[in-house]
Amino acid sequence: MSLKDQVQSCLGPLVVAVSECQGDLSVEVSRENIKAALSKLKEDPGLSFDFLSDLFGVDNSELYKKTAAKPAKKAEAETAPEEPPKPQEFPPRFEVIYLLLSLKTNKRLQVKVRVPEENPVVDSVVSLFKAATWPEREAYDMYGIRFNGHPDLRRLLMWEGFPAYPLRKDYPLEGRGEERHLIYD
Amino acid sequence: MGLKAYTGEGWLLTKMEELINWGRKRSPWPLPYGTACCGIEMMCALAASYDMARFGAERPSFSPRQADVLIEAGTISKKMAPILRRIYDQMAEPKWVIAMGACACTGGVFRTYSTLQGINRVIPVDVYVPGCPPRPESLLYALMKVMEKIEKDHPLRALFDREIGQVDLRSCP
Repeated sequence: MSLKDQVQSCLGPLVVAVSECQGDLSVEVSRENIKAALSKLKEDPGLSFDFLSDLFGVDNSELYKKTAAKPAKKAEAETAPEEPPKPQEFPPRFEVIYLLLSLKTNKRLQVKVRVPEENPVVDSVVSLFKAATWPEREAYDMYGIRFNGHPDLRRLLMWEGFPAYPLRKDYPLEGRGEERHLIYD
Repeated sequence: MGLKAYTGEGWLLTKMEELINWGRKRSPWPLPYGTACCGIEMMCALAASYDMARFGAERPSFSPRQADVLIEAGTISKKMAPILRRIYDQMAEPKWVIAMGACACTGGVFRTYSTLQGINRVIPVDVYVPGCPPRPESLLYALMKVMEKIEKDHPLRALFDREIGQVDLRSCP
């Protein structure tokens, strides 16, 4: 039985989508079920994904903008320009990705959760994996994704009171001069 | 009398300044502040093969209160900037600063929201050392430049200006 079938039979209806890229399996789970899914993958005797190697956020907004711009240009060239371009439906802006490793079988698995911009809240998995504490703080610091049930959700890299989330794609690379009060006061 | 001290005839007091400068020049104790790969090169310059102690940088002082030269070697993030400023403020006068490496001078390749674009935005710098990272010889050369700067200093002039500058010149005999 392949890893894909094993994971699918383990998670059952919790799986939203499965994809495989260059031998790496990726499973998408809905936001409400992330804790249940990870604990199932951890407890399953055949899989036993008991090691969280990393957890991070992703901002897809620029990607969606690019894909939205491309087909619109094609449509203009082919059809009459009177038709207004239809607004495309995109999945939620943010993702949280969990990289799991099974120390028993030496297999790796990527679990993905999509998080909307309006309400960026995910359940914390610190009760399952203690290793999630700092990565969840980092994702909160960089993307503003809040983790429900995290014991100590503070900024990890930027200083207390930093007013933005710097890895969001709409944040300028060189910042907005937030350090002024830090340095000159 | 005091006025003559540094307008030409005060032989004793100018020699006093020279003596103080000579003493300071021969013992610029460094405060190593290594925050990145430049720190490794700085350690190399302090260690046996380059031996910065030859120039009087005898003892790397890990307390800012007992240091003369702050060697800032490495990237300073904006979060770190207030700490660097505080350490500089804790150093006793007279003090000198060497900015070692591209990051300390200008921010280097890290032109981002998190990196301070040169430590001269926070503290005054005496000598800049270019390079990424600079070789230990460059740091030794920078230390020698600091020593030259110490030599040209007038440690007593400020004192005279404060004490004697108030006196009305016409009342002097």
